[in-house]
Amino acid sequence: MSDLLVMRGIVKQFPGVRALDGVDLDVRAGEVHCLLGQNGAGKSTLIKILAGAHQPDEGTVTFGGEPVRFAGPIAAIKSGISTIYQELDLVDGLSVAENVFLGHEQAAFGFTRRGEMNKAAAELLGRLGHGEMRPGTEVGRLSAAGKQIVSMARALSHEAKLIVMDEPSAALAHDEVANLFRVIRELTAQGVAVVYISHRLEEIREIGDRVTVLKDGRTAAVGLPARDTSTSSIVSLMTGRDVEYVFPPRPEPGSHDGKPEVLKVENLTLPGRFADVSLTIRQGEIVGLAGLVGSGRSEIVETIYGARRASTGTVVLEGDRVPAGSTSKAVQMGMGLAPEERKSQALLMNETVARNITIAGLTKYAKLGWVDRKDESAEAARLVQALDIRPGDPHKPVRTLSGGNQQKAVFARWLVEGRKLLLLDEPTRGVDVGARAELYAVIRRLADEGVGVLLVSSEVPEVLGLADRVLVLREGKVIHESDARELDEPRVLDMIMEGSAL
Amino acid sequence: MTNARASGGGTSSTPPPADQHARTEGQAGAARGPGVMSRVGQARHLGLVVALVLLAIVGLVTVPDTFATSSNLVNILALAATIGVITVGATFVIIGGGIDLSVGAIMALASVWATTLATQSYGPVVMVICAIVVGTGAGLVNGFLISYGRMVPFIATLAMLVAARGLAQRMSDRRTQLVRPDNNAIVELSTTRVFGLPLLVYIFALVVIVGWIVLNRTTFGRRTYAVGGNPEAARLAGINVRRHTLLLYALSGLCCGIAAVLIMARTTTGSSTHGDLYELDAIAAVIIGGTLLTGGRGTIIGSILGLLIFTVITDLFILNGLNTSDQLIAKGLIIVIAVLLQRRSLESRT
Repeated sequence: MSDLLVMRGIVKQFPGVRALDGVDLDVRAGEVHCLLGQNGAGKSTLIKILAGAHQPDEGTVTFGGEPVRFAGPIAAIKSGISTIYQELDLVDGLSVAENVFLGHEQAAFGFTRRGEMNKAAAELLGRLGHGEMRPGTEVGRLSAAGKQIVSMARALSHEAKLIVMDEPSAALAHDEVANLFRVIRELTAQGVAVVYISHRLEEIREIGDRVTVLKDGRTAAVGLPARDTSTSSIVSLMTGRDVEYVFPPRPEPGSHDGKPEVLKVENLTLPGRFADVSLTIRQGEIVGLAGLVGSGRSEIVETIYGARRASTGTVVLEGDRVPAGSTSKAVQMGMGLAPEERKSQALLMNETVARNITIAGLTKYAKLGWVDRKDESAEAARLVQALDIRPGDPHKPVRTLSGGNQQKAVFARWLVEGRKLLLLDEPTRGVDVGARAELYAVIRRLADEGVGVLLVSSEVPEVLGLADRVLVLREGKVIHESDARELDEPRVLDMIMEGSAL
Repeated sequence: MTNARASGGGTSSTPPPADQHARTEGQAGAARGPGVMSRVGQARHLGLVVALVLLAIVGLVTVPDTFATSSNLVNILALAATIGVITVGATFVIIGGGIDLSVGAIMALASVWATTLATQSYGPVVMVICAIVVGTGAGLVNGFLISYGRMVPFIATLAMLVAARGLAQRMSDRRTQLVRPDNNAIVELSTTRVFGLPLLVYIFALVVIVGWIVLNRTTFGRRTYAVGGNPEAARLAGINVRRHTLLLYALSGLCCGIAAVLIMARTTTGSSTHGDLYELDAIAAVIIGGTLLTGGRGTIIGSILGLLIFTVITDLFILNGLNTSDQLIAKGLIIVIAVLLQRRSLESRT
């Protein structure tokens, strides 16, 4: 049987990163082909190439027997490849039918033919087993599941032969996932191929036919049978890695036992995000949160910090109750946060490195609101040196720095006196390997100075290698807690993906 | 660095743009960076200064007898003073990522309130206090609607624009209210001259200086840049973004209150028609001055230079006996050209 899509030796280079380094993918007509891999393995880059958003630097793509090279997304859609992203690209204010035919409206002399569009949309929805959806409904009123159906109808309206779905189940409730699978089966029965991306192994077993595993920009395995490949072999294919992490030495297990508690969180709940989370961090201790995107890890950190307001539960910092929902209080009391999205959540891109460093502790250099710029400048220079931020000029615009150095500038912001707790959300995202080791050393040094650290990372080895104690999260719940040295990567991955805590 | 600063002071007759130094200046060691940066920063204002000089040359060539007279120059500054005070407040709001459309209306309301017979009976000091309290109060209402009511600034201040004018009309019964002769102390702000300049020009200068200091030397100013540049990052850095936003609009209202005093001094009246379209002039001046409408970047000196450019154009058109319609066209063109030039210089920097 001939393959609908054949990708061979795909290479994609970005400045400083080789995102794809020789990837192969074969997809047959009418199958559900699952794409697996950890964060950063290259899944998104690969589907962007399929969607025409990126062009490969090397390698060949054959679709329907013809070699193709998509100049842009429209070319990909025209030749029959539609992509449904996590962030659905629908217009809320338009109707279902208008969204389905967005960009290729059926029109005469510039006037849309609503009757015909509605009829055609109803037919497509019927093909997806959703004849009950009304084409005239405003898309903004639909649930996430309903919007997904609209996206799929749009793909069908382009006569897609291959539909790429990027984590379609992430936004769905359990029964909605069953419905999604029914729709996918309708599609494949009509000969449409589906490339399905998900972190949830149980889903892959249920809906998938074959699996391709990506690891560090390479294909680790092609075309494995989805139902019969063991979890352990899939996990080991995803994890056996080339990149060596260098972690600083950590104190003996149990050495934090007698130390005072810096943070005590009890029964913290944010409905729909996480429930009943309790944790303690002692002085000098690094506690890691391991979990997938959407497991509630960032939300937990942001709630502790007061950027989100919990519905129930308490946060206590060194014996004092932290009021909910006030970041300025949290900072006053001694917390600091390095958020997940460095550029959008942490940095002032218009400003210099120095000003990015001093913004959080500005009152420290100010008397009655008057900033002592000598003090401020000296402190910024000291911190730039202490963290070895390069280039070493604190007055360079922060946007000219590399990712690792930008992250150090965010850290430096919290190296002012009196920090008791640092919350680090994905501190090494987009940071190259060498700079990572430096960041790890900085984090450990801060802990050794008595700061409590809560570390979130989607890279399991990082959590295991850096933290003293690890909490494993799955779907908003802590499912496991133990000393980091008692865990290994496959076991943690197993837990966060299958939920089978041992 | 010393050289850069010296040359900065020497490039023009305007106050030395120490402002850019403040944003980039470093005391501790890193001597090279700030020098380069301040020169680039200065180039931004240099364009405005050059434009102003060119306009002056046009004035000297076309109307040599009237343009360079001291009475004309005083006139330009007196004209600029009222909107100038408002522009200082608008600069804060816009750097902070917002917009205030209600400035002209608030000024009108404050002028009317301060010139009612009831207020006037308490004398000039109470009139000044009244104008300032009314302006600040209206600004606080804006701020509450925007920061705690989560309204879009454009809409909240548009509502204030309409409502404040309506209230001013109601209070004054649509009549122009004269400042009573026994409260002439207010009018003296424009008639009394010190070193040839009316007092209101000094008030304008004082507001500019205080505004500059607050923006560049205080935690409040620093946080204004942070809140406008990246509100989420500011919040996560522990800044109380809502309270700060509230204060920014209150500050803008305060400036409108001061401007109301100046307009009462200049026109000897309080009127619901004062300050019509001032919001557009103020915003235009801020934008010509290089402040990003998206927030996070901008300077007071730039705004004031932008305003002076506008005022000089008005003056030139009047002196040359040209059509006011053409004047509007010229102003529109200047906004477009200024923004296009700034975009180019921004791009060349990154």
